[in-house]
Amino acid sequence: MTTVETFPTLAEAARAMGSGAAFFGGGTVLMRDVNAGDGPQRLVRSADPALTEIRAQGETVRLGAGVTMARILAERDLAFLHPVARQIGGPQVRNMGTLGGNLFAPHPYGDFAVALIALGARAVLAGQGGARPVEELMRERARPPLVAAIEIPRPRSGREFGFLKVSRVKPKGVSVLSVAAFLPAEGGRIRGARVAWGAMGPAPMRGQGAERALEGGELDAATIARAAAQAAEGLDPPTDALASAWYRKEVAGVHLRRLLERMERG
Amino acid sequence: MAKKPVTFTLNGRESAAFAEEGQNLLDFLRRSVGDLSPKYGCGQGGCGACTVLIDGEPHLSCLTLAEAAAGRKVETASGLATGPVLHRLQEAFMERFAAQCGFCTPGMLVSAKALLDCNPRPTRDEIVEALSGNLCRCTGYEPIIEAVLDAAGERARA
Repeated sequence: MTTVETFPTLAEAARAMGSGAAFFGGGTVLMRDVNAGDGPQRLVRSADPALTEIRAQGETVRLGAGVTMARILAERDLAFLHPVARQIGGPQVRNMGTLGGNLFAPHPYGDFAVALIALGARAVLAGQGGARPVEELMRERARPPLVAAIEIPRPRSGREFGFLKVSRVKPKGVSVLSVAAFLPAEGGRIRGARVAWGAMGPAPMRGQGAERALEGGELDAATIARAAAQAAEGLDPPTDALASAWYRKEVAGVHLRRLLERMERG
Repeated sequence: MAKKPVTFTLNGRESAAFAEEGQNLLDFLRRSVGDLSPKYGCGQGGCGACTVLIDGEPHLSCLTLAEAAAGRKVETASGLATGPVLHRLQEAFMERFAAQCGFCTPGMLVSAKALLDCNPRPTRDEIVEALSGNLCRCTGYEPIIEAVLDAAGERARA
């Protein structure tokens, strides 16, 4: 049996966590288990307005963990995140699903986290100072910490950041895979390449093979071909009803190439 | 087991009922409030048959906590008609044979209503996108898309 506890502030909610509790955001992941009679013992909610706060100006944007995909899409200053948010779920899920929840949504969900990892986003945890890389939190998905907000560095141009999600059913379908690339350039050369994959491992993860191939190069046909050839290196995709691990590894390079070519065209 | 009183607006009318612990909004609307228009399809957020509008936006009522509807405006397909006069979307669905078994229809109707409320003259692609969270296993979607296009056209003329 699941009980529901609602707290006015996130700090109070954080104190109530533990002992069979799960934090309830948009409900799109947790409520399925509750409906199946397999939910957590306690659902902890919070009506804290900080959870839905958006600071969209400046070099680093800060979004409350309770901000929905639909809210991101409604915010003009967050245009760089729109191609990602648009690919999450259908209209209903985008009205419900939150940024914080997407971080810990199990495979094959969690495509927004893929983009956040590529962008080098950091998570502010409830009741803790500072922020931790989203990438690091992926290792704690079994016991997720309570995230208050996400800080996301804004790409300097549209060409620096790209996201691609591959699904069999359009316009709404879960990921065969998703891939995001953040390629800041200095003097025409890529410095600090970050590539992240979804549905290519137990959790969203960095693609070090592709990153190595891109680092220091120019975003041209030769670099793109090298990155595509090394795309699947170090990835450990699952086999599920959507695709086999073999297929995912085979097509990873194809889709990375398409994404990079799109970014090259700008 | 503790029951929680939930006061909300259902199709423009103040409404109140008791929600059970962890009860979803779909079950609450059907069993506690008595509005049978939203349907239980999958209980997993995959089919959209349970779609209702909360403050004008489509939500999956099966994945919404009943108590989270407190103070909100909930709209369902049973609020579309005005007395015996059907909503233009309902008329268009009839004209276009956009319902066969009818199980997805209430969800389709409210998703379409939410679209037309914020975008009165949608393109075909915008309709497809707006209905992408609602599955239909009978019609092949074409008659539904045509019906929404028709309803949007009428609205523009009206």
